Amino acid sequence: MATDAALMTVYRTAVAQAADELPAVGVAAAPPPEQDEPSTLRHVALEDVYAVVGSLVGSFGLVWLVFSYVLPLSGVVGFVLCWDVAFLAMYAGVTARSHPRPVVVSRVMAAVIVGLALLVGFVLMTVVVYVVAHGLDAVRHLNFFTQSASAGSLTGTFAQGGIYNALVGSLIQVGIAIAIALPLGIGTAVFMTETRGWFVRVVRTVVEAMTAVPDLLAGLFIYVVFVLPFHGNYPWGHKNGIAVSLALAVAGTPIIARSAEVALRVVPGGLREAGLALGASHWQTVRRIVLPTGRPGLATALILAVARMIGESAPLLIVSGFTTFYNANPVDGQPMISLPLYVYETLRSGQPAEIIRGFGAAVVLLFIVFILFAATRVLARQRVSTR
Amino acid sequence: MVASAEPPNLLDSLDEPISPQATNPWGDRLFHLVVRGIAGVVLVIFGSIGVFLAYQSVPTFRRYGLSFLTQSQWNPELDKVGISSTLLGTVEVALVALVVAFPIALATSLFISEYAPLRIKGLLVALVDLMAAVPSVIYGAWGFFLLMPHATLTSRWISEYFGWIPIFKVNTDPAAAVWAQSRFVNSAFIAGLCVSMMVIPITCSVMRGVFAEAPLGEREASYALGSTKWGMIRTVVLPFGRGGIIGGTMLGLGRALGETIAVLFIISLTFNVNFHILQNGTSTISALIANDFGESTSAQLAALLTAGLVLFLMTLGVNTIAAVFITRSRSGAATEI
Repeated sequence: MATDAALMTVYRTAVAQAADELPAVGVAAAPPPEQDEPSTLRHVALEDVYAVVGSLVGSFGLVWLVFSYVLPLSGVVGFVLCWDVAFLAMYAGVTARSHPRPVVVSRVMAAVIVGLALLVGFVLMTVVVYVVAHGLDAVRHLNFFTQSASAGSLTGTFAQGGIYNALVGSLIQVGIAIAIALPLGIGTAVFMTETRGWFVRVVRTVVEAMTAVPDLLAGLFIYVVFVLPFHGNYPWGHKNGIAVSLALAVAGTPIIARSAEVALRVVPGGLREAGLALGASHWQTVRRIVLPTGRPGLATALILAVARMIGESAPLLIVSGFTTFYNANPVDGQPMISLPLYVYETLRSGQPAEIIRGFGAAVVLLFIVFILFAATRVLARQRVSTR
Repeated sequence: MVASAEPPNLLDSLDEPISPQATNPWGDRLFHLVVRGIAGVVLVIFGSIGVFLAYQSVPTFRRYGLSFLTQSQWNPELDKVGISSTLLGTVEVALVALVVAFPIALATSLFISEYAPLRIKGLLVALVDLMAAVPSVIYGAWGFFLLMPHATLTSRWISEYFGWIPIFKVNTDPAAAVWAQSRFVNSAFIAGLCVSMMVIPITCSVMRGVFAEAPLGEREASYALGSTKWGMIRTVVLPFGRGGIIGGTMLGLGRALGETIAVLFIISLTFNVNFHILQNGTSTISALIANDFGESTSAQLAALLTAGLVLFLMTLGVNTIAAVFITRSRSGAATEI
């Protein structure tokens, strides 16, 4: 009842105001001058900014006081958590003084959402900064990129030894894996976008389910079907480079197939129909229209798959052996090291110098992934500009 | 263009339907055959993963029977092989990861799709993708060297104040002046925190994709009815994106169940049935396989492959449910001009 009365009051004042503002009949009312200015959509009132900043500062002070003087607590995590809760409470209180409930809820939710997003950004930053800061000592030396790990010693200086063998190994393994996975993946994507029927649904379901099946199982599968049956008898009956490539290909094919399908699905259906209407065969339409139109998306799919494969480590624990020596032959039955496995083994070694080398290799790994992502951004921008 | 003596009757040829088949049927037939063949090969490869794992698991199940699932010890030397404690650890790590990752991923995806300025939206999407592509070995290193010392303090705090809840209990006195730090490290909780870093980007990108598709008209209708921003999100975006929220979360769960390297970095492999997630020592299937594979005999190998089969079936089930939800919320198959 109270709200009804309030509503009626609001209504009456509004009507009264409207009546006041109505121009008298026959008198040409001059338009108010501010009508000429475009109204700003995203106007932020100064007091709202004050509310946010004030609550931040106030809650920081309060938590600082309580946390360090009243409660015998410590720890950065706890402090930030308490600060956040105090800020939300304070912000809600400040907003509630001048705004109705829905606005308070909306603003508090916005603060929560922005806060959590900032948290993700912050944590991601700590990952990058921590790895780079710890790997810098090793990466600074040029020989880190030109010498194999066997040239250095466990506890020796960083002026000897490096990750050349791991870099070469990763390059070869990922290269072979892509050579297998790319045709399979794009072929499957073409099949899924260009044809219809129950078989398409089966394939799509299986591919989607396989995208997230643990990569470890790809290694297990390749070990069982490729390494184990030939155990000891053939060069590939050992842990070796080609088995790693196959495992990476098995893990990577569904990823390529899915992202390539997305890329091809974006190709306008009208373009296909235009091609077919001009008398082109299905194959010609796919070859001349669908694939070229989807090329930026396909390139992105390829790059993302490379980025995923180069950092893939779980299957390597199954099918790859560890070595510090240089080996560029994937089929000679000798172990072939790659970057992620090198990172894993050195970080677990417990030797301080080796751990720094491991972080150095991790920096290189991160850098490669960054570069690949920058490439996808460039591709995406090209796609926008050509439209 | 067949030259014939009598002129063809135009009306007759109009009666015949024009064949939708292309001018070069053999090329197309070959094309369809090749594409279908590739899809078939992919299907066979992925189908055979399950088949091979199942085939290799037969001896294990014949020897241990259902006790493989109920026995908690993994000790092939003593002929005691079972994965009940490992299964429990797998679920614990995945659930911790999910509980941490779900609200964060939901908030991040809402931030990107609803709150972020248009200019940096593309950049944020790329950042989330990048976060998904950061190798898990790097997250593992981060979790082991940086996260663990901080998370140990958090574990201690939780067990001190919430230790009366059974799962948060640690068998030591957390309030002691010299507290037993070694009881709090290498726990399922810390492993789950680390794995959540890998779950967040996957879940977030699925959710964001669905939120971005929430119809503009309904958003505007909500605003026009006087809704606040959160009111609009609650009444339009979230209900519309429910399939994506569930699907993305399930996808994240699948990822969390199978994560290997990061877990291997953090936990210390033990095979006790441990319900206390803050207490050190647990095991997950993938960590068990990766850890024991190097030095395993053939009988042990078969047992590990059986564990792999269990993991495969678990993740396959979870992912299939995820795929059903995500597909249901997907809009038209092709974009029209």
